[in-house]
Amino acid sequence: MSTKIKDATIPTIPFKARLSRWFGRNLLRIYMIFGFSYLFIPVAYTFAFSFNDSGKSNLIWKGFTLDNWQNPCGAPQICNALGNSIKIGLLATTFATILGTMIAFAIGRYQFKGRSSSNLLIFLPMATPEIVLGASLLSLFLVFKINPGFWPTVIAHVMFCISFVVVTVKARIASLDPRLEQAAMDLYANELETFRRVTLPLVAPGIAGAALLAFSLSFDDFIITNFNSGTLITFPKFVYVAAARGIPAQANVIGSSMFFLALAIVIAGQLVNRKKAR
Amino acid sequence: MAIDPILARGDLRLTRITKSYGDFKAVDDLTLTIPKGSFFALLGPSGCGKTTTLRMVAGLEEPTVGSIHLGDTDITTTRPYQRPINTVFQNYALFPHLTIFENIAFGLRRRGIKDVKEQVDKVLNLVELPHLAQRKPTQLSGGQQQRIALARAIVNRPALLLLDEPLGALDLKLRRQMQIELKWIQREVGLTFVHVTHDQEEAMTMADTIAVMNEGKIEQMGTPADLYDDPETAFVANFLGQSNLIKGKIDGNDGDSVVINLFGQKISMPKARSHAVDSSLYAGIRPEKFRITRTGSAFRGNTLTGGRVEDVSYIGVSTQYVVAMPWGQELMVFEQNDDGVPPFNKGEEVVISWEPSFTFGLRGDEDIEAGTEVNPEETPE
Repeated sequence: MSTKIKDATIPTIPFKARLSRWFGRNLLRIYMIFGFSYLFIPVAYTFAFSFNDSGKSNLIWKGFTLDNWQNPCGAPQICNALGNSIKIGLLATTFATILGTMIAFAIGRYQFKGRSSSNLLIFLPMATPEIVLGASLLSLFLVFKINPGFWPTVIAHVMFCISFVVVTVKARIASLDPRLEQAAMDLYANELETFRRVTLPLVAPGIAGAALLAFSLSFDDFIITNFNSGTLITFPKFVYVAAARGIPAQANVIGSSMFFLALAIVIAGQLVNRKKAR
Repeated sequence: MAIDPILARGDLRLTRITKSYGDFKAVDDLTLTIPKGSFFALLGPSGCGKTTTLRMVAGLEEPTVGSIHLGDTDITTTRPYQRPINTVFQNYALFPHLTIFENIAFGLRRRGIKDVKEQVDKVLNLVELPHLAQRKPTQLSGGQQQRIALARAIVNRPALLLLDEPLGALDLKLRRQMQIELKWIQREVGLTFVHVTHDQEEAMTMADTIAVMNEGKIEQMGTPADLYDDPETAFVANFLGQSNLIKGKIDGNDGDSVVINLFGQKISMPKARSHAVDSSLYAGIRPEKFRITRTGSAFRGNTLTGGRVEDVSYIGVSTQYVVAMPWGQELMVFEQNDDGVPPFNKGEEVVISWEPSFTFGLRGDEDIEAGTEVNPEETPE
């Protein structure tokens, strides 16, 4: 019986079938290549044109140079703008992270009157168009006779960053097993020690993620900043204004640097996690 | 203010504890003394209040009414970290961000002990896992995590160690092994262990004393043998093993025995084992206490005639019969396969007999189904 199978010649697969089989196996891979190209071509373009010997306008490739990287502050006002954005970003991140984490603990951990409505209200700033938020904030500041500038911008940024921090940290708190805190209390840790030794270390990755998110949101915010910063120049404002005359290649240098910095942070985070899991 | 661990060493006394959640009483007027140094089990089905009781002892819940004393110290309202009591949590609750060493050292460090290495190493040796000190909890198997959770608690030498379904997450074989090890460790360290479980076999294997809980109350308390041989309620009779409960009437006394009429057939049982309050009662006999014989052969003790074999299951160590009695009830009979007599066949007429002292008597108004519908294997609360 079995000899029959042995004797049968192995049929050759026709080319068309082989081709479709190859596509079947690699379809996901092809799709992935297209997907990532879509995401990264703009970044690659920005990076490439940071080496452009551009002169006035950085639209046409005029030749390779390292000048822009050697002198990133070469364009007038650019580093002043960058400095302002970093300062605002760090301040907004610090306040938003502290306040947002506290709100997240309150909503995530405690039962109180108005808990579910606070939970809903916290989402509102995320859903409100930035243009509306920016304009209303400006009129609010003016009502209180506060002139647009550095601090109004920081306050505005803290406001829209908090929601994102709350949502991110709350997700982490929700995944935290309450028995771990009970176990800490059972093992002679009082409330403060339990928070410091168990709760905070376990929620920390969520808080760090929230802080990174807050910083990047603050750093590239244009609409709300434009309303509330007055004459203060931030990096996004600088690029916007410069776009009218031609964006200097130094903007590409700074943009690329921010991208690589973010990439480095993500990779470092992954490495730390992998080491922890070892 | 932490409690002096020396003064607080003594019996654990729960006095008239009630814990209510709205209208629901999880624990209902419970009074209980757990002697120092014992291995005590709180046994009951899901939702019987045993875990709530344990959490009140640990300080994770506060009783609505009542007081808890450890030795002479009232600990009813003290915080968990002020009590010389440690818990092995149901899913172990090991700190995922700390190494095994730091998990075990956690309690020592919080009490300000600087040199923890010797004590941690000692307890790691006790649970036979010294090589895992630098690992993280997620890298350990369930059985290993269970032992580390135990080590993390006993390293503090608490006055009282609470175990909340500690073996529930382990497979059967590992559970058996851990039961023996836990018992051994308890003797080794000499601490009071309070063990909460829904698994009657686990409680009987490990505990010196078992309190069977049902609906927030203690049904009966005693040694495993007491509870099994002389249950006072139908719930206990059914929750710990299987029972045949036959409706009867007390006919009179005969010295230390009572004579009982079971559907026209007279049997006797020790007076001390009858928990009936009036003349009606249920006579209880465990299936393995029955002897099954052919009609006409000799028998001693109590006999019930007129049985007919309904079903035979040979399970190696024993043969299990279902015997239909003339009054319509089916009785379970477990016969050891140790006498070389071939098993009875389905449909055969048989006589059932047993030693009168094996009989226990329950109140005639009991719900004889109590404790049977609860599935002991369902997920614990």
